[in-house]
Amino acid sequence: MKIDLERMGDPRVFRRDNGHVHIDASELHYRELNAMIKQAALDGATLMEIENVYGQRYIGSGVRLPVRIEIRGIPGNDLGAFMDGPEIVVDRNAQDGVGNTMNSGNIVVHGRAGDIVAMGMRGGSIFIRGSVGYRAAIHMKEYMKHRPVLVIGESCQDFLGEYMAGGVVVVLGLDRDPGQGLRARHVGTGMHGGAIYLRGDIDPHNLGKGVEVSEPEEADLEKLRELVGRFCAYFGGDPAEIMAGGFVKLAPRSKRPYGSLYAY
Amino acid sequence: MKSYILPEFLVERDDYRCIRCEVCVRQCAFEAHRYDADEDAVFVDESKCCGCLRCVTLCPTRALTVRRNPTQTPDNYNWTREQLMDAYKQAETGGVLLTGMGCGRELPIYWDRIVLDASQVTNPSIDPLREPMELRTWLGAKPDRLDSQGEGKRRRIEGMGPQLKLETPMMFSAISYGAISYNTCEALARAAAELGTYYNTGEGGLRRDLYKYGRHTICQVASGRFGVHADYLEAAAALEIKIGQGAKPGIGGHLPGEKVSLEISRTRMIPEGSDAISPAPHHDIYSIEDLAQLIYALKEATHWTKPVSVKIAAVHNSAAIASGIVRAGADIVAIDGIRGGTGAAPTRIRDNVGIPIELALAAVDDRLRAEGIRNRASIVVAGGFRNSGDVIKAIALGADAVYLGTPALVAMGCHVCRKCYTGKCNWGIATQDPYLSKRLNPELAARRLVNMINAWSHEIMEMLGGMGINAIESLRGNRLRLRGVGLSREELDILGIKHAGE
Ligand code: SF4
Ligand code: SF4
Ligand code: SF4
Repeated sequence: MKIDLERMGDPRVFRRDNGHVHIDASELHYRELNAMIKQAALDGATLMEIENVYGQRYIGSGVRLPVRIEIRGIPGNDLGAFMDGPEIVVDRNAQDGVGNTMNSGNIVVHGRAGDIVAMGMRGGSIFIRGSVGYRAAIHMKEYMKHRPVLVIGESCQDFLGEYMAGGVVVVLGLDRDPGQGLRARHVGTGMHGGAIYLRGDIDPHNLGKGVEVSEPEEADLEKLRELVGRFCAYFGGDPAEIMAGGFVKLAPRSKRPYGSLYAY
Repeated sequence: MKSYILPEFLVERDDYRCIRCEVCVRQCAFEAHRYDADEDAVFVDESKCCGCLRCVTLCPTRALTVRRNPTQTPDNYNWTREQLMDAYKQAETGGVLLTGMGCGRELPIYWDRIVLDASQVTNPSIDPLREPMELRTWLGAKPDRLDSQGEGKRRRIEGMGPQLKLETPMMFSAISYGAISYNTCEALARAAAELGTYYNTGEGGLRRDLYKYGRHTICQVASGRFGVHADYLEAAAALEIKIGQGAKPGIGGHLPGEKVSLEISRTRMIPEGSDAISPAPHHDIYSIEDLAQLIYALKEATHWTKPVSVKIAAVHNSAAIASGIVRAGADIVAIDGIRGGTGAAPTRIRDNVGIPIELALAAVDDRLRAEGIRNRASIVVAGGFRNSGDVIKAIALGADAVYLGTPALVAMGCHVCRKCYTGKCNWGIATQDPYLSKRLNPELAARRLVNMINAWSHEIMEMLGGMGINAIESLRGNRLRLRGVGLSREELDILGIKHAGE
């Protein structure tokens, strides 16, 4: 397939005014669309509005400038994979692999998202208004000053935070009555770093081995207030009301979950 | 608990030769030697010796001998000494047995059962000392048909994917920083640059100091995604998705937290002191379609400028898997056989899982040819090469190039003692201890690597010349130039070669 950057000359597909770019993605292959986004970012665009997105993958990958990409429609898998810098806002649902191995930037999804959201993410932030699928935040990690953040407005499926080695995950459970716990199983299995905050409770049977449940301390609450504040700024809602729901903190007992498995 | 484990080796000191210089005491990180000033004598605790021969090699008066402990366990074909000792160790610790390097079991080594052809009378052999001989190899997808456009220097082949240019069909296998010292990584990088070939970062990321060798670097993306960052992807000449490894097919791995130092943590981009866990699968790959998705994600992230390789362990249905990998869009398929090395693997997995590379290679090459997609990806094989003879046979069986891991470490001084997982490599290779890693000087080690690969390249040229061939291209997949010796009909069929004399 050839990349048809000539379509960038077609005003029905690609329009530019000042630093703003409008792209009609309805007939574009992901390779064309992403080439346009990269080119526009290199040309100095600061805001891109992309309409009629129908499943194009990898949007935001390979763009290393702090552009804002507004997606109207449903982006395909691996939205923002390896992303390093941009801010992406999706007005509807996203699919699997949002923020896969993401490094920095921000993704805001006004609908729900599929499986492995924030897989291997090591920096930046992701806010999902609705629920997410299986294995969210799997192998999320932090290092030095980099501390990734994933905030989920509603619920998640099993294996949240599997192998998690750092970062912060918040599940607000806004789809549930207060008091009704998260139903997902195997939460935090193999977790060896970072923290998961759940609004409402969780049945200890649904936790992975080696996960410790505690009451959030003041430093945790401060972080939560900041993140809930951002959540409400994106999607509306009353931060105080959400905070009032009460949180539990999940953290690993050890940084070395498999330290005693081997015979040396 | 009293240990029932017998020392594997005896360390003997000729006291008449020993000058009490304590070199052995300082050199053995396992602390097998001890100097007692009161008695002015050097003592040894052989239970700590792993047979790496560091002390033997460095003792200035050659006073030391290390040999296998001759103590016999009761004769039993089934319960050998190794089986007994392993069982004792597990009874004493309750742990999974760990080991390093490749499987050394008595499985058939097919390279030793395959012989090469040479020209006699009917077509003249070529002397590479005086006539041109081409070892240059290009890795990457080739188009289905040759269509060219443009004129003269601007002439381009249509549909040619990005290619890697190798001056000799040998690269250095994936070995991660963390498994080996920084100096060892640097030596591999320097040697690859000097040789016009590539080394592979393994899954441990790439230290910034080595970005300057990026044009000779293949960067791996494994299930832990350690150090996989936009700069890392951009620094590489090619990317490799690691699905499996010959030494431990089907499992992930973990670098124990005590080895995750500040530098390792920066390079892998993980917290200091935490276990670095590689999950067994990539959790974004549960199917060939998902693999395609990651291949294209990497291509998109690097603007379609780099070939993407997919590395798998050689297992029973490698041929079908390789076909899927090629159809998923990989430019290179790398296959690692059961003898492939490792810094740490559970012993039972290393020794019992996977198949020999010779059979896997033949099966994969056959399958891709039969499906008419062999041109769409290059085949690189790894796991068990010991010399240039093995390499040239692999190319005749259908490989485009080989990855050398253990041979590269051996060139730098490794004695295949299998204790890499302890982090106390006395040869300064598989260690992060600054005192030990200083023992490996990157410049000298790079020289040893370059020497060895140059020598192997020359031997390959000699063998090619002997067959009357002047380019490695002409031998690639040319199985008529191979014959089997002492192999069954079935083995010959799978290898696609005739028996000697046929
Ligand atoms: S290195 Fe050799 S000479 Fe020196 S103390 Fe050891 S055995 Fe004796
Ligand atoms: S482990 Fe190596 S250095 Fe130590 S005693 Fe044995 S052979 Fe010598
Ligand atoms: S790298 Fe070091 S520890 Fe590993 S086998 Fe070689 S000499 Fe032994």
